[in-house]
Amino acid sequence: MIEAIISQIRTLWTVFLHSFSRPETVQYPEQMPYLAPRYRGRIILTRDPDGVERCVACNLCAVACPVDCIALQKTEDEDGRWYPEFFRINFSRCIMCGFCEEACPTYAIQLTPDFEMCEYDRQNMVYEKEHLLIDGPGKYPDYSFYRVAGKTIGGKDKGEAENEAPPVDVKSLLP
Amino acid sequence: MTNITVDGRLLEVDDSDNLLQVLLGLGEDLPYFCWHPELGSVGACRQCAVVQYMNEDDKRGRVVMSCMTAITEGAIFSVQGEKASNFRTSVIENLMLNHPHDCPVCEEGGECHLQDMTIMAGHRDRQYRHLKTTFRNQYLGPFIGHEMNRCITCYRCVRYYQDYAGGDDLSAFASRDRIYFGRSADGVLENEFAGNLVEVCPTGVFTDKILSAHYTRKWDLQSAPAVCTGCSLGCNITVSERYGQLRRIHNRYNGEVNGYFLCDRGRFGAEYVNSDDRIPYCGIRNTDGIYEANSAKNTLVHVGALLRDAKTIIGIGSPRASLEANFVLRTLVGEDNFYSGLSGPEAEIGSLLLSVLKSNIKTPSLAQVEDFDAILILGEDTTNHAPRLALSLRQAVRNEAKNLARDARIPLWADAAVRKLAQDARSPMFILTSSDDRLDDVGIPSRLNPDDIALAGFSIAEAINSHAANDDADNDSRINIASIVEALTNASKPLIVTGSSSSSPEIVKAAINVANALAKHNDNTGLIICTDEANTLAVVSLGEKSLPEAGAAADVAIVLENDLFQRFADAAMEDWLEHVTNLIVIDSLDNSLSSRSDVVLPAATFAEAQGTYINNEGRAQRSFGAFKPKGDIAPSWDWLLRLCHGQDLLQDVQHIDELLRTIAEILPELALIVNAAPDAGFRDHGQKIARMTHRQSGRTAMLADVSVHEPKQPEDDNSALTYSMEGANQAAPGSLRAFTWSPGWNSNQSINKFQDEISGHLQDGDPGIKLFTGSSAVAHFVSDKSGPGSGNIRIRVVPRWHIFGSDELSNKSQAIRSLAPSPYALLNPNTAENLNVQTGDALKLDSGDAPSLPVSIEDNVPDGCVICPVLETTRAYLHLSDGVLSKDDDWTAPDGQEDVIVSDRRP
Ligand code: SF4
Ligand code: SF4
Ligand code: SF4
Ligand code: SF4
Ligand code: FES
Repeated sequence: MIEAIISQIRTLWTVFLHSFSRPETVQYPEQMPYLAPRYRGRIILTRDPDGVERCVACNLCAVACPVDCIALQKTEDEDGRWYPEFFRINFSRCIMCGFCEEACPTYAIQLTPDFEMCEYDRQNMVYEKEHLLIDGPGKYPDYSFYRVAGKTIGGKDKGEAENEAPPVDVKSLLP
Repeated sequence: MTNITVDGRLLEVDDSDNLLQVLLGLGEDLPYFCWHPELGSVGACRQCAVVQYMNEDDKRGRVVMSCMTAITEGAIFSVQGEKASNFRTSVIENLMLNHPHDCPVCEEGGECHLQDMTIMAGHRDRQYRHLKTTFRNQYLGPFIGHEMNRCITCYRCVRYYQDYAGGDDLSAFASRDRIYFGRSADGVLENEFAGNLVEVCPTGVFTDKILSAHYTRKWDLQSAPAVCTGCSLGCNITVSERYGQLRRIHNRYNGEVNGYFLCDRGRFGAEYVNSDDRIPYCGIRNTDGIYEANSAKNTLVHVGALLRDAKTIIGIGSPRASLEANFVLRTLVGEDNFYSGLSGPEAEIGSLLLSVLKSNIKTPSLAQVEDFDAILILGEDTTNHAPRLALSLRQAVRNEAKNLARDARIPLWADAAVRKLAQDARSPMFILTSSDDRLDDVGIPSRLNPDDIALAGFSIAEAINSHAANDDADNDSRINIASIVEALTNASKPLIVTGSSSSSPEIVKAAINVANALAKHNDNTGLIICTDEANTLAVVSLGEKSLPEAGAAADVAIVLENDLFQRFADAAMEDWLEHVTNLIVIDSLDNSLSSRSDVVLPAATFAEAQGTYINNEGRAQRSFGAFKPKGDIAPSWDWLLRLCHGQDLLQDVQHIDELLRTIAEILPELALIVNAAPDAGFRDHGQKIARMTHRQSGRTAMLADVSVHEPKQPEDDNSALTYSMEGANQAAPGSLRAFTWSPGWNSNQSINKFQDEISGHLQDGDPGIKLFTGSSAVAHFVSDKSGPGSGNIRIRVVPRWHIFGSDELSNKSQAIRSLAPSPYALLNPNTAENLNVQTGDALKLDSGDAPSLPVSIEDNVPDGCVICPVLETTRAYLHLSDGVLSKDDDWTAPDGQEDVIVSDRRP
């Protein structure tokens, strides 16, 4: 009984103390709050350090998405590089969970601190690749998947990826 | 049965299997690579290690490869114990040393056996810090991609390709860590079963290029259990869709039919479903002769009026349409006005097959074929006409090897040992055909013209009946009748294989006689008759007549999925069309006949519709569509049923299950079709069966570009399957299993969780049901010696099938088309002289519009034969026994192409 009363009083005291602390609430939208770079807001598709689309259309983000709001289709350029023919996110379904970013093996898909995505018409919440793709590498400036992967693409032959030996000479007779 | 102890559990198991097979059969999760249920064990990958203890007191044990370990009484194993699993973890780590960082851009990802096994074996981080070995890839043709970096040197590919499928252009090259699996030079993989590499290779080295062109991960595919319509064998396939397009065909295990393998026509030949030639909507030709698109409703009203006003209505069925569609058409036009639409020989051979199936002569399934120990092939080019059968025949000749192994007490799963022991010992397979056969390397080939093949068949039958080879027949130096008779009579299971690939009913009759003669003394005799198309048997059991008599007029003719221009010569067709006032065509692709029609109704393909197919073994199998067709496109039976309702026919049939029951009632012979698959009321724990995997992605985005308001998933009232991820999938019977998946097993190899024993039947029985049983004796045929062939210099056109190019629908798939041969006429120098032609000339098949065939002269072509490829343009002319062949004087060889006649893809 006594304990309960003390707890009540302590709670009131804590609340009272807060009246003197600096307010977190800001006068949005005149005043913008600080959001950390890893804040989970509007999703973007980034480019690798060479300025080429990072996404390889592997579909991992789509399958990780709990509300299934990512749809894409793989296609290939003439040099064998995989990229999405279309990439669509239905933001009216997106719950900004960040699973897609976590699943992405190429750092292509990233969440940003921008959350201002209100629309009068829900249809406008459907973003295609041209709305998603930005010009830079986003949070991860250095990584390029194709420099690590074994698949050949234009400008990167077999054996030229990181940690790769030059292609084997099948006709060699050396032991 | 033998007792063993596994992880402390006492088990009673079959001792003819190896330990790995036994453990997988028990549902154990044990990783493996080089072992394959059909290829046996070689112990190459070391991934399946377990620990074996000498006795109860042995505490150390020793590591053994479970795939190379025989089951012995009282053996003690530790499978999940620490020592065994640590060993396996280090094995997979070693296998992965050089593996590229490719999964996101690898077509295998998501259904990769290597991914599955890596996770199962518990390997996560690569500790190796040195450079990865790399390889250059090869071009392997339009079907299969090559990414050699991903290889783990399990050797499955070459063992499958060389040992199992008989190919010789894929090998292992180089040594140590340079080992390379490919061809000696870039080029199209020659083997007709190369596509199975996609599934046999446990990694992403060999991938499906057709799928890759519009790649979708397995988890995103909406799939259904379907039946291949590429030939008369009815292999089971999984057909898959994404975004309204067919994406790929994958093997669907059926322990009685195709087992683990398909042919390349079946696997890569379904792209026509996405073709631009698809008929997208109903059309009515207006008074100016121009086609106008129209709504389904208007078109049906229009057709209804035509039917009501017509005095004579005829219906022409189709050997590639479903049984249901053919039946409804027959009901609509009446039995007397129903024609099968088959060419003469095709129809005759179909009826012969039907009579055999109803007789006491047994027709084995593809799986059973592998048990026969003496084989006679009469005039059937299996590899090109009924491809998967050739693969089974290739295994059947190994029965001699298996016998030797049994005598030497070598277990049959010890693949390398059995093959070493047997060397070239094979069970006899006599191949009597007119042109080179891909089975020649394991058989005893004789090249004869079709008439001589039939005569040889009749002589063999006679000799078996009279217990002595007839000397007259034996005069023929090209073929040793006596040795064939001896091999067949001495065999414990003799098999006769024939079919319509030579378009010769005589040959089939001869084959029936041989089987009949053998069956009198040997109950194990088998006879296989292959027909041209997937549902020949269905249409033959509905109607005997092939096409209306010349000159018979019809007010309305309804043609169901049948391009008659490919079956009947242009002149005959023109003559027939002249007497048809209104031609109604129901088909899926635009073709020569649909462009002549007055009304077109767009039909769904096998990938979008449900239907029943009866294969050449008399097995009825239900095929389900993977997705709803676009717009007004509908299954043919649905169009016809709506027309029937308009004519007050079949009024109480509203549902396909009612239709099936009606067929069963009206045609008691086919009564069992109802049981070919569970009906639409089937539920698994109260749920329908899901066509989509539970991981299907993009559901709220894929149509969001059209409208952000997601439509309801389409419903499927006609089957127990749903167009949705909601529903069950693990306990579905094989005939309804939309895709094969089991926790931890994402590749097709998860099938071992659904078999009663490894490589055996599916747990709830293999899909399909054999319709015909009978005990009546089959007719005995008399050789038609007065027919063609008895005259001396009669020159006969012999059709030759090509796996790529001869089948009407698959030929509309771009990749298949690129491998189809161009027209040719193959003949020997004698015949060339008789016809007065030489290389550089061309022959004409008919006086009419038939195509010209550039002449190619080869010595080993039998006398009196002009071998011509079965192609869209030539097919109609090849079965005309009185076809005229003459030199085409107007023909000039196209520039630089005089000697590029592809008579066979093999150099
Ligand atoms: S996970 Fe990344 S690379 Fe893969 S499809 Fe999504 S965005 Fe592209
Ligand atoms: S073979 Fe398997 S493990 Fe290797 S890259 Fe492809 S999906 Fe990944
Ligand atoms: S290519 Fe595939 S099947 Fe062949 S050895 Fe390599 S991993 Fe095995
Ligand atoms: S053998 Fe015939 S049924 Fe089987 S996959 Fe090939 S074409 Fe299809
Ligand atoms: S599966 Fe046993 S060693 Fe490869």
